[in-house]
Amino acid sequence: MANSVSIRDLSLSFGAVTVLKDLNLDIHDGEFIVLLGSSGCGKSTLLNCIAGLLEPTEGQIFIKDRNVTWEEPKDRGIGMVFQSYALYPQMSVEKNLSFGLQVAKVPKAEIDKRVARASEILQIGPLLKRKPAELSGGQRQRVAIGRALVRDVDVFLFDEPLSNLDAKLRSELRVEIKRLHQQLKNTMIYVTHDQIEALTLADRIAIMKSGVIQQLDDPIVIYNKPKNLFVAGFIGSPSMNFLSGEIVEEGGRAAFRTHGTSFSLEGYQTSEPLKAGRKVVLGVRPEHIAVDSDIMHSEVHEAIVDIEEPMGADNLLWLNHAGHLMSVRIGGARRYSPGAKVRMAFDMSMASLFDAETEDRI
Amino acid sequence: MANSSALQSATSGPDALSGRLGSGPSGRKPRRMLSRRNIILYGLLGLAALYYLLPLYVMIVTSMKGMPEIRLGNIFSPPVEITFEPWAKAWSSACTGLNCDGLSRGFWNSVRILVPSVAVSIAVASVSGYALANWRFKGSNVFFSILIVGAFIPYQVMIYPIVILLRELGIYGTLTGLVIVHTIFGMPILTLLFRNYFTSLPEELFKAARIDGAGFWQIYFRIMLPMALPIFVVAMILQVTGIWNDFLFGVVFTRPDSYPMTVQLNNIVNSVQGVKEYNVNMAATLLTGAVPLIVYFVSGRLFVRGIAAGAVKG
Amino acid sequence: MRSHVPAGRPSQLFRNLNSKIASIPMILIAVGVFLGGTIWTVLYSFTRSGLLPRLSFVGLDQYERLWAAPRWIISIQNLAIYGILSLIFSLAIGFLLAALMDQKIRFENTFRTIFLYPFALSFIVTGLVWQWILNPEYGVQSVVRSLGWTTFEFDPLYNPEIVIYGVLIAGLWQGTGLVMCLMLAGLRGIDEDIWKASRVDGIPMWRTYIFIVIPMMRPVFITTLVIIASGIVKVYDLVVAQTSGGPGIASEVPAKYVYDYMFQAQNLGQGFAASTMMLLTVAIIIIPWAYLEFGGRKRG
Repeated sequence: MANSVSIRDLSLSFGAVTVLKDLNLDIHDGEFIVLLGSSGCGKSTLLNCIAGLLEPTEGQIFIKDRNVTWEEPKDRGIGMVFQSYALYPQMSVEKNLSFGLQVAKVPKAEIDKRVARASEILQIGPLLKRKPAELSGGQRQRVAIGRALVRDVDVFLFDEPLSNLDAKLRSELRVEIKRLHQQLKNTMIYVTHDQIEALTLADRIAIMKSGVIQQLDDPIVIYNKPKNLFVAGFIGSPSMNFLSGEIVEEGGRAAFRTHGTSFSLEGYQTSEPLKAGRKVVLGVRPEHIAVDSDIMHSEVHEAIVDIEEPMGADNLLWLNHAGHLMSVRIGGARRYSPGAKVRMAFDMSMASLFDAETEDRI
Repeated sequence: MANSSALQSATSGPDALSGRLGSGPSGRKPRRMLSRRNIILYGLLGLAALYYLLPLYVMIVTSMKGMPEIRLGNIFSPPVEITFEPWAKAWSSACTGLNCDGLSRGFWNSVRILVPSVAVSIAVASVSGYALANWRFKGSNVFFSILIVGAFIPYQVMIYPIVILLRELGIYGTLTGLVIVHTIFGMPILTLLFRNYFTSLPEELFKAARIDGAGFWQIYFRIMLPMALPIFVVAMILQVTGIWNDFLFGVVFTRPDSYPMTVQLNNIVNSVQGVKEYNVNMAATLLTGAVPLIVYFVSGRLFVRGIAAGAVKG
Repeated sequence: MRSHVPAGRPSQLFRNLNSKIASIPMILIAVGVFLGGTIWTVLYSFTRSGLLPRLSFVGLDQYERLWAAPRWIISIQNLAIYGILSLIFSLAIGFLLAALMDQKIRFENTFRTIFLYPFALSFIVTGLVWQWILNPEYGVQSVVRSLGWTTFEFDPLYNPEIVIYGVLIAGLWQGTGLVMCLMLAGLRGIDEDIWKASRVDGIPMWRTYIFIVIPMMRPVFITTLVIIASGIVKVYDLVVAQTSGGPGIASEVPAKYVYDYMFQAQNLGQGFAASTMMLLTVAIIIIPWAYLEFGGRKRG
């Protein structure tokens, strides 16, 4: 597959502060890629570099195999949608959509054609004569997407486009953006700190931290096989349970030992041999711990219910096991009272083991 | 805040209705307009208001009295016989040491100075503020810092070098020269005003315009300018009152026949020749103060916003 | 257009060229006038310049002459008296008025309009009005005497001993409205919850003001102080209009000294030296403030 956007050894620093470090990223044609991370991780900076709104200190950016590192934003074949919509307040929706085309001196007939097409795709036809202040948040964001659409670009850039909307609208527009991508098949680069958006929209997710991409993968791979401790902790809500301990040998098989309890590592898939004595961190997601009647393993441990958080469809139990609190997701209908004794078992085939020192997945 | 006497009056006296809902007061707390607190509060405010209004009142009544009445009565008494002659004289025939054209000459001189000075200073400062807010380049903040520090330097320090500069350019004593001087000294405050305003606008708007392919001037005229109208009004209020009230630059940078109104006024009132005509003087003073006063009363809150923006730095 | 592939980093100087061209007036004013002009004046204050500026250095001669001149000494004394009193009174009156205005009063806008309108007027107008009100023959003094207090004496404009206080009254009338506005903005910036908390705790209002609100308003006070102070140093028009420096030289101020020596006595050297002293005064006010305000922030 051809590359739509390629980033080579990109670095950016403001004075002594390094925001992006030797970053490399290849984005395929028509791919929906999400840059995910908490604030300050460099995801928006990277997007601004691709857009040409920030100049990198080092490295190169290619769009459609053309080196655009030093080109003006308008010459890069990109369209951008912003968190605050960034609609020009004094212009009508129609003017907002056509402003860029006017600046580029596109003929009037062509402008009208493109505005009509964009407003049809986004269903904003009835709003064309209105001013942005007269629109709802969702309508504004649709117009903002329309502004990128009319420019007929190769690459769409989204900078946290849904963060200013309330939860209900956010999930509606999320679906619309996904539909838009399926319809247009453009390359889309989408920045967010919301992991639900990332998991639902992305073909691939790039998780960033301190200006470095930690993992670039399919959402399911990221969720189930996080490359390191940071990614494991970042994705998933409630967060993955982590237990520090070491690898021991029990009956000729590798096991994980913490606070005097051993967990068999049977079923855990790894290419490396699990040497006894290695300090590791075991990560298990709340839904991969079975309780009482769910248990299908032979190895069972005892724990005490500390707190119960019913959430409707699910019920979240906080279990105390040897002084450690672990969250466990069970069906919403199953209720426990605090202090109750339960049996629990880990699904090791879905667990993750990390080296305690390098924090990388084993 | 709690007024103990008012509170007591509300709790004392059993209320038949409140008995059902439980003992104690119910309903709104009774407020007495003439509580001791209010008397002191409004008394102090009224007294202060009197002090601030007094000079305006004295100006008005004096300007409408004849000279004989002024010599007999006291300055606070209202005019017995209202006359507008002092106004007419102040406007058209009062004498400075140089001529007897009254204030009208100064008024038109001030208008001629005001219009281009306000326009040029605001145009230059708004573009500079916009460049500082959105197009920062290496060193731009250093220049801005110098500019802001310059706002605190007494004019007297820079005035002579400017005289030389204008003389070298051949525009010393001309209207162009004075416009440049007003632009220079209006620059720090106005640039600050515009820079802060443009910085407060969402940066994404600027980014969106750049993605749309608009350049420096296109973004300024088509995106920023239409959004900045309120701040332009504030800047105009600031400059109209400031330039109209200027005295020092008027004296230093103009020739006597094109002195602005403030200089003309001072020359009329403080001229040593002839008998002092206090009524004419006050009429002249009122006339000179009229322009900024009208701007002030019409603009209301915007004026407050202007001086607050001008005064509170950074 | 599409075929153009930039090989390396283009020259930084010509990037966004329009923005740099547009900044030229600002750069010229900042560097050419403000910085250059100041350096020029300070430099020439060490010369013999008389009718025309001349670069023949005489060391500190001009300063020695300046500090030996009675008129300069009086100017400095006047500035000190006027400055200190006007700082104290305008802060006190301004804060008091602001605190009164902050009591959720009726007619707030009317009161604000009344307190602030003098600020819209020029110093020339201010000076002339107060010259008239303080006129001993017809003004306050004669009115009070006509009420029966025949020995009442208040003629600041004719009495060299107290003339500067006459100027002070006019200056306060013109400027306290601004201070009130700044203080009111500061008071309004204080979290409403602070007032609620102190009310719940039963702290009397005056105590809340003195021990909680005023310390919280420290930055507003300092900013206001700097604004008033740097305005005081420049005071010129007010004196010209109200007293012309008189009686005699009793109400002279440094700014007037500078103007008179530069443009009337044609003794430029004295004018430059005097204006450099004014600059020094401002620097003494500004530098500690700037250091506290900006130097501290960087470290924090």
